[in-house]
Amino acid sequence: MDWGALHTILGGVNKHSTSIGKIWLTVLFIFRIMILVVAAERVWGDEQDDFICNTLQPGCKNVCYDHFFPISHIRLWALQLIFVSTPALLVAMHVAYRRHEKKRQFRKGDQKCEYKDIEEIRKQRFRIEGSLWWTYTSSIFFRLVFEAVFMYAFYFMYDGFRMPRLMKCNAWPCPNTVDCFVSRPTEKTVFTIFMIAVSSICILLNVAELCYLLTKFFLRRSKKAGNQKHHPNHENKEETKQNEMNELISDSCQNTVIGFSS
Amino acid sequence: MNWAGLYTVLSGVNRHSTAIGRIWLSVIFIFRIMVLVVAAESVWGDEKSAFTCNTQQPGCNSVCYDHFFPISHIRLWALQLILVTTPALLVAMHVAYQQHQEKKLLVLTGHADPKHMEEVKKHKMRISGSLWWTYVCSVVFRLLFEAVFMYIFYMLYPGYQMVRLVKCEAYPCPNTVDCFISRPTEKTVFTVFMLVTSSICIVLNMAELVYLVVRACARRGQHNSNPPSGKGSFYGHKLSSEYKQNEINQLLTDQDGSLKDMLRRNPGLQEKGDRCSAC
Repeated sequence: MDWGALHTILGGVNKHSTSIGKIWLTVLFIFRIMILVVAAERVWGDEQDDFICNTLQPGCKNVCYDHFFPISHIRLWALQLIFVSTPALLVAMHVAYRRHEKKRQFRKGDQKCEYKDIEEIRKQRFRIEGSLWWTYTSSIFFRLVFEAVFMYAFYFMYDGFRMPRLMKCNAWPCPNTVDCFVSRPTEKTVFTIFMIAVSSICILLNVAELCYLLTKFFLRRSKKAGNQKHHPNHENKEETKQNEMNELISDSCQNTVIGFSS
Repeated sequence: MNWAGLYTVLSGVNRHSTAIGRIWLSVIFIFRIMVLVVAAESVWGDEKSAFTCNTQQPGCNSVCYDHFFPISHIRLWALQLILVTTPALLVAMHVAYQQHQEKKLLVLTGHADPKHMEEVKKHKMRISGSLWWTYVCSVVFRLLFEAVFMYIFYMLYPGYQMVRLVKCEAYPCPNTVDCFISRPTEKTVFTVFMLVTSSICIVLNMAELVYLVVRACARRGQHNSNPPSGKGSFYGHKLSSEYKQNEINQLLTDQDGSLKDMLRRNPGLQEKGDRCSAC
């Protein structure tokens, strides 16, 4: 079970996302997970081995490393990415539940059911409205919360995202204040800033998606209220149908998540 | 065979689980196995090489490490996850057995065309009858394994916290020697995280158990107040034939189960039975 498996699981959710959601997923997998696996893990690979303190006192290095790096950046990013991508599973579960209900209806031989066979139900893309809208919006909200929490945790632990070259340590058993040198500080700073920047872009995309969903919701509501005021005549029905088609065309988007191997 | 292989095996079981069972499976794979593989293994990767004792005495380092870490956290978690996920295979085996029985029946009744065979493979089994008991046993075993491992963890590593310093006086260490553990804070964080997810999984399993018991009691109550009308008129055309099949299957599995006995009891099937290669 690794990033590739997570990609497979979330790829399925992609079909029921908005266009912004699909862009967000692509950014997540290519600019964050892939960078983490392919580059960042190598940079942090020797973080403890090459953390050198100017002392021969056994244990001083271990203690100083633990003092300055309570949780490594790599692990924090891995946890952040796992937490940020899992709210999408709420949407996947809701869609699976709806499909299950439609299949049950179909099997009962319900006259209202407009599907020709089970395969059509399986392949159908559900519109984001009703209870699915609420699930989708909650998932975006949770994503935002997790991103913000981890950004704060980073800032709190590492005081400003910059990796210094030298740290002064006087935790026991270090005999005095001891100079400790971090391995690859500049490269680590570069990657930290990169990951923070992409995280901010993802936050912006999530906020944009939330605004888009709210706007769509209010527009739909006002349209419904407007239609209820006037008697539905033939021309209005055609207009409504055309509008719906236009919406569907603008909503749908080619699947842009490019597969990658871990 | 690795975690991905286990995922493939268990995804099949997913189809016949309850909703809570599916949530439980997702939590296991994403918040426990994935975190273990992607993060925790690298935290514990250098646990022995970076375990430093304040002594030059050869062998003291190894002996002290072995004394304080009889089994590494990582290995304990791997064992826990394997043992906790495998009771689901009982359900998979039972479902496979029931499907096999249904296929045999189809062959006997002359409906052995590919379409019906595919449907047997694809349709979701209802968790009732003997499958209910198997499912409940698997959930009970899961709970048991989780509890046992939580207890073992507590016994081996009291308090779940990883300390920075341990004092060791095992032979050949000359005196009481200070030994320093690598990344204790990070290890504590991950230990607590895995503990929390383990507790969440225990809660989900208990909820699933309660749900299954309540459903069984409700079904029993319904059965007592509404005796079955035989044709299953509540369901649509396809389901009533499935319902009949499930009932016949239950009869088959409840009784002897051997085909010859069935043929003896139903001489009308003898002709079709001659075509059966299993007889």
